[in-house]
Amino acid sequence: MRAFDYARPGAVGAAIAAHAKADSAYLAGGTTLLDLAKIDIMQPEQVVDINGLGLDRIERLEDGRVRVGALVTNTALARHELIETHYPVLSQALLSGASTQLRNKATTGGNVMQRVRCPYFRDGASPCNKREPGSGCSAIGGVNRETFAVLGTSEQCIAAHPSDMCVAMAAIGATVSVHGPKGTREIDFGAFHLLPGSTPEREHALEPDELITHVTLNAPERDARSGYLKLRDRASYQFALASCAAQLTLKGGVIRSPRIALGGVATKPWRALEAERILEGKAPSKALFEQAAKAAFKTATAYEHNAFKIPLGQHAIIAELGKLTGLATTQEAS
Amino acid sequence: MTEYFDPKTQGGATSKSRRNFLKTVGASGVAAASTPLWAQATQARAAETPEGDPAKASAPAPGMSRIQLNVNGVERTVDVAPQMVLLDVVRNELGLTGTKKGCDQGQCGACTVLVNGQAINSCLSLAISRQTDEITTIEGLERGGELHPVQQAFWEHDAFQCGYCTSGQIMSAVAVLNDDRIGQSDAAVREAMSGNICRCGAYKNILAAVQDARKAMKGGG
Repeated sequence: MRAFDYARPGAVGAAIAAHAKADSAYLAGGTTLLDLAKIDIMQPEQVVDINGLGLDRIERLEDGRVRVGALVTNTALARHELIETHYPVLSQALLSGASTQLRNKATTGGNVMQRVRCPYFRDGASPCNKREPGSGCSAIGGVNRETFAVLGTSEQCIAAHPSDMCVAMAAIGATVSVHGPKGTREIDFGAFHLLPGSTPEREHALEPDELITHVTLNAPERDARSGYLKLRDRASYQFALASCAAQLTLKGGVIRSPRIALGGVATKPWRALEAERILEGKAPSKALFEQAAKAAFKTATAYEHNAFKIPLGQHAIIAELGKLTGLATTQEAS
Repeated sequence: MTEYFDPKTQGGATSKSRRNFLKTVGASGVAAASTPLWAQATQARAAETPEGDPAKASAPAPGMSRIQLNVNGVERTVDVAPQMVLLDVVRNELGLTGTKKGCDQGQCGACTVLVNGQAINSCLSLAISRQTDEITTIEGLERGGELHPVQQAFWEHDAFQCGYCTSGQIMSAVAVLNDDRIGQSDAAVREAMSGNICRCGAYKNILAAVQDARKAMKGGG
């Protein structure tokens, strides 16, 4: 790893000031930053360690929302009573990600900021528009199976967003609180991650030196049920080929306030808004779920090796909706 | 039973262990040219500082910071550059080579240590960021010369072949068995330890060892 300077400020303002002094990276859990620094993809001149900022609390706000400090670890968040009780989708998504050791280090803010797992991005040599704008995309026309998207892609980049946590947050609805040189602001979770479009090097809505301090989850819906289904090549410790986070309420035999988000298949945590519109106010049925699943992938683009993600993602939606509504949609081996 | 190597009665100075063999070769001076660069650097630093303790030497070298690390209950003083990861510091600076470097990028789990009781990948952790933490490596598990129940169970179940992943497996297993949020079923243990890859495929015996150690620890072992 290249040498870098190190600062460990004790307050948010000091962290932002330190970050502005050089080409810097904030260090939280380090599971992305140090990994990418070792393979020379990230080359910070200075690392600003934010572990002394005390942003490690989970609290329920008066309006019912739950505010999660940026430094709360994935393990602590997944196992917190408020999350297990009111947001099972988030707890399940977190526990399906990475390994125990990584979840013990990885943080909420860091997970939001994690980089893509595209091997061409990581190899440091192949043309990659994200790493070197204008150099081309090696995945289009290359090997593009596991970590590549079918939704939200562009001719510049097709790397899938790798997070499970973010997919659950997209389904729940959340706000990202950031501090920066110009003060504080709130960013809607759905607007935080950017589509690659013609600027795949821009991955998020943060301005220079801005720091995520919290992610605040929308207040839990009364009687809502939620869950996360992750499909992957191995049973554990593997990124999603396709995943579905779903939250809904059943009232008088019909679905209310459905929220569906997809992972592994899209370039950002992906709200399936069209699928939600189809489900709203309808009685659960397999035919309805199939219709919603089809709509969710209406705009999908299949690439040479990942076309299977379209039916796989559709089945993830159908299976998760079936589970949440108590409707058998799949022939379970058990 | 006596045909097996017994760590309690054998080993130590009388054993022709790989480590002692390497030490002997290294001391001869003949092998200096083949000594890895990092080891030469460590030796050079040790020569500069009285008894290898930087606390007794003058100020740290440019670009280095003098930090305190609590490792296995002992406060250690060590000079580190900011980019030095905990794995390299415990191995190369503190001489605790039980922790292994596998992939060096958080994928294999060979470098697993406990920080404040939680298993983490020491390859993805800056040493300089760990000054207020309690770090436990495989060397810190034994008590008064007695193996930790998990170490004993790995021994009894032959839960390894080449042994390279073993210290990481054991550290993860200790954390799993001390965490009551993790289920006790075989499936739960497999899931909780999926971050420790065993290239030899000794998973069956590793699982058996962990579940056996659970019984021993419940029994006050």
